[in-house]
Amino acid sequence: MVDFDVVELAEADHPRPGDNAPDFTRPLVTDEFWEDRTLSTLASEADGPTILVFTPMIGSFVGKYVWDELRDRDWDERAGRVIGVTISTPYAITRFLEDEDCPFAVFSDPTNAVAETYGVAHDLDDMNGLSEPRPAFFALESDLSVQAAWVASEWPEFPDYDDLEGDLGLE
Amino acid sequence: MNASTGRGDGRGGDDRTDPPITFYRLQACPYCERVTRTLQELDLEYRSRFVEPLHSKRDVVKRVAGVRTVPVIVDEDTGVTMAESANIVDYLESTYGDGTETSVGEQPAAADRDASGGDT
Repeated sequence: MVDFDVVELAEADHPRPGDNAPDFTRPLVTDEFWEDRTLSTLASEADGPTILVFTPMIGSFVGKYVWDELRDRDWDERAGRVIGVTISTPYAITRFLEDEDCPFAVFSDPTNAVAETYGVAHDLDDMNGLSEPRPAFFALESDLSVQAAWVASEWPEFPDYDDLEGDLGLE
Repeated sequence: MNASTGRGDGRGGDDRTDPPITFYRLQACPYCERVTRTLQELDLEYRSRFVEPLHSKRDVVKRVAGVRTVPVIVDEDTGVTMAESANIVDYLESTYGDGTETSVGEQPAAADRDASGGDT
C-alpha cells in the first residue's frame, strides 16, 4: 500500500440492487460512428444483462485501465451488452476505441448529467467547471432494474475484477 | 430524434422501432445539412449516424454505400441506399413529397447537381 492517504470519496447515492436505473438517451459512440440511442431500448434488445460502465474522461489513466481490463477479459463476449458512459466527446471516444482496439460502445455525455442522475458524479479539484463520472459498474436487467452495482469509494479505486465478475453474473 | 410521422417499419422480424431511414452525416457539412432540411421538410422519420471528417475513417459508409462521401441515406422501406445530396434530395422529394418542389430544391446549383464529387 502506498504510504500516503488515498482520497476517500463521499458515499455515492446510486441505484442499488432492486432499484430501477434511470433511463437516458445520448449519442452512443463506436469506432465507426455515433448516433442517439436510448438505454432502455438497448437493454431490452440485449441477450442477457446490460452492464453500464462509468469511467472518467478519455485520456485519464483510470479510464484507460478500466477499458483495457474489460477488453482483455473479453467482456464483450461474456456479457449480454457492455456499454460505457463518460464525458468525452464522440471524436475522442471513437479515436480511443479505435486506438485501443476496444470492442465496446460508449455513451458521450459531456455535461455529466447521466452520472449525476446515477449519483456517481465527481467534481475534479482545480478543473473548474468540469465534472466527470467516478468509476462505477451497474448490471441491469432488460427492464433496467439493477441486479448489481459497484461504485468507487476512493480516488483512484478499481474493482476486484474477479469479484466484480461474480457480482455481475459473468461466468 | 426528429421522429414524427411514425411511418411503419415494413420490415418484420424484429420489434425495434428504429426509423426506416438511416442518414450518415458529418457535422457542419453543407451537403448533409441540405439533406437534413429535406428530411425535416418532408416530415420524415430518420436516425442520424455521425462519422468523422477523414475519408479513411469512414469504413462504415464505404461498407453501406460503396463510397466514402457523405451524405448517404439508407431507406429500409424502399431498399434504397443512396449517396450524393442532389440525388438524395431528388429521391426524397419524388418518393415522399407531394410533387411540388420544397424550398430546398431551390438550391443554386446545376453545377452542384452534376458534380458527382461535390459532396464531402
